[in-house]
Amino acid sequence: MSAAAGPAPVKRQAIDRARIVGLIQSRGAILVLILAAIVAGSIFPDFLHAANVEDIVTAGTFLGLVAIGQTFVIILGGFDLSVGSMVGLGTVIAAYAQPFGWVPALLLPILAGILVGLIDGLLIARTRMAPFIVTLAALLALKGAAIALAGESMVVARPGFFGQIANAHWLGVSNLIVILVAAYALGALVLNRTPFGAAIFAIGGNEEAARMLGIQVERVKVLTYCVSGGLAGLSGALLAARLSSGISSAGNGYELQSIAAAVIGGVLLTGGVGTMTGALAGVLLLGLINNVINQIGSLSAAYQGLASGTFLLLAVIIQAGLSRTKRS
Amino acid sequence: MLLETRGLGKSFGVVAALSDVSFSLRAGEVHGLMGENGAGKSTLIKLLTGFHPPSAGEILLDGTPVSFDSPRAAQAAGVAAVYQEINLIPERSVAANIFLAREPRQFGLLTNTRKMEADAAAILSRYGLAIDPRQPLRTLGLGLQQMVSIARVVSLGARVVIMDEPTSALAGAEVDILYGVVEQLRREGRGIVYVSHRLSECYRLCDRLTVLRDGRMVESATTADLPRARLVAAMLGRESTAGSAPGARPAAAATDAAAAAPIALSVRGLSWRTRVRDVSIAVRRGEILGLAGLLGAGRTETFKAIYGAETPDRGDVEIEGRRLFHARPAASIRRGLAFLSEDRRSEGIFPKLSVRANLTAAVLPRISRFGVVSRRRQTELVNRYIRELGIKTAGPEALISELSGGNQQKVLIARALCTEPRVVMLDDPTRGIDVGAKAEVHRTIRDLARKGLGVVVTSSEVEEVLELSDRLVVLNEGAIAGELETAGREPEDVLALLAAAEAPRA
Repeated sequence: MSAAAGPAPVKRQAIDRARIVGLIQSRGAILVLILAAIVAGSIFPDFLHAANVEDIVTAGTFLGLVAIGQTFVIILGGFDLSVGSMVGLGTVIAAYAQPFGWVPALLLPILAGILVGLIDGLLIARTRMAPFIVTLAALLALKGAAIALAGESMVVARPGFFGQIANAHWLGVSNLIVILVAAYALGALVLNRTPFGAAIFAIGGNEEAARMLGIQVERVKVLTYCVSGGLAGLSGALLAARLSSGISSAGNGYELQSIAAAVIGGVLLTGGVGTMTGALAGVLLLGLINNVINQIGSLSAAYQGLASGTFLLLAVIIQAGLSRTKRS
Repeated sequence: MLLETRGLGKSFGVVAALSDVSFSLRAGEVHGLMGENGAGKSTLIKLLTGFHPPSAGEILLDGTPVSFDSPRAAQAAGVAAVYQEINLIPERSVAANIFLAREPRQFGLLTNTRKMEADAAAILSRYGLAIDPRQPLRTLGLGLQQMVSIARVVSLGARVVIMDEPTSALAGAEVDILYGVVEQLRREGRGIVYVSHRLSECYRLCDRLTVLRDGRMVESATTADLPRARLVAAMLGRESTAGSAPGARPAAAATDAAAAAPIALSVRGLSWRTRVRDVSIAVRRGEILGLAGLLGAGRTETFKAIYGAETPDRGDVEIEGRRLFHARPAASIRRGLAFLSEDRRSEGIFPKLSVRANLTAAVLPRISRFGVVSRRRQTELVNRYIRELGIKTAGPEALISELSGGNQQKVLIARALCTEPRVVMLDDPTRGIDVGAKAEVHRTIRDLARKGLGVVVTSSEVEEVLELSDRLVVLNEGAIAGELETAGREPEDVLALLAAAEAPRA
């Protein structure tokens, strides 16, 4: 700290730098997404065609919904490994419920997801067990339940309106895209403009302090896991509608992909920092990578994983660099 | 009377942490609460803020007895504390931190961000704080973060604001901001309990001072009626008028011989932040140098800056005439400097490992061949030090956590000795050790000096450090306030130095 010569401009500079770093952290993924889209578009002429873009986004809807919940949970300072299995179980429940109409087919998977989130959340918040173990147990149990209920898969006989939900268009835009955008907008509103959202950030930022400041930590935690579970259930219901079947292995790997998407989008795994737009950009980036590798017809799908992994690593390295700048 | 306690006491099991404290606070008063480690300040704060229920006595607010079953209840009644470590959310905005868990709303569910920010700005400006309520808390210095903490409790309606060592981490300009805020709180008729161990600060800010020692109230007077010497004597537990001193050292001749020995450790102009300011010391081979100072005087920080556990901003450190260029513990150890932290539990022992593993933890590479630890040489070392230092243990394989505090400390001293140091620095080595074991640790330390090592040692007890050392350096607010040869001196001489006018703050 120098003498009285001019502490004010120094501080101002520090604030500006902090703001820039914060912007890169929260908005960098969007920038990368746009750049990647431009590059891919210039190499593969088909890439930027409306049909292909719609493909990427609709395919990303299922992971995208899961990633909203995952982002909530990560900002809270935990993570949720049960979501992938919950998507699979959700498709199966939807397939069972469809004969009774589209309402139960859509709602029952969501309710099941909320129930799972409630159990996970209560165990994590009340008994202070590690989120890793609790949700890993849920991952195994739900997977087993889905297979026990449906075997490998079961067909939805007459999808009817239920199938329409995930396959029709609204004002020329795929319903799935409408749902995805609406869900992210709602997620951003909850996260940034409600006391519940503020509480999630506070707990992830400093749990003890949050408790001292009067936040009902246990309640917020349970609710957040319910949001995550419910969204995974919704994702499963929509996937069943899309595919006209319940597939017990659907959603396999979503738990880790959603974490990857969130981290690429600037959500800190240590909690307390993150944005919805970042997470969405992360989901779309992963989708874009898969799509581009498909465009290069000669590469096998195995390269999708390799590319995603490399991307994730880069994101984490940049994050680490940014946090260091921020601290100094 | 705004806040009053009558015969307040708290026991944890059989240990009385606080007994019979009758403390009072008027509206518009700044009341300094002072005392050394373990004096009971924290316990008193925790009783006042509803963390613990008292075991005896009562708390009165506006003359009515109250009992708070939680910090929230205390806060609701208007009693709140601001702690030295900031208990807020660094990544969130200033406004969000002030209004967390009670955000102004619109449409029932949504946070009214605009109103929240406007309200925050209004509160901040009332206390003369030019802080943008939208910026993330972490972009503020520690001092301003603390002001945000104060703004929060005030906006919650706190009439009694307890500040726990508010300036301990602040730089000069921030301290002035804090003083301004305290003045404003006083003008608003709030009562402030101001916990600090900086004498000059308390004399400047406080209307009254209360001293706790060993859980009891040993002094309480208006600031004007309480001379510094009496305050320090009360904190450290000595009558300033006492003539006979059992701790007085016999005039020793040994120091003359040591005076000619070559210098083992030399430190020149060492500074680290505001905690260590321009400290220069020299220790000869075979000499024991004591560092004395009140809590927060910078003893531990000085050690850590010398050792390289903190990176000093300025200053040179030389071991046996060779300068240490890289301020890192590993480099210091290689040059022959060993350091024993005062915090045995978190910076010393590996509680789940054996005495053998703990004792040799610092020298494993040295006793290894091709990367494999030589069991034989390890056993030799362990047995040698268990014998030499008289470590009482069931054997080398016993868990260190099963040893008594004194024996754990000996294991740590042995660990330092394994690195074959030229200089050993021991930070409060007898803390938390019973009296018998203390004497043993003292003997061990004297043996180190006798073998020709340079030794630097501190203690939170003046008598102890006086008795143990050949020469004593007194620290005050991070700077050297005085130095004396200990031969023939009495604790009162040290107290006089401690209470002396303090060095001006940078």
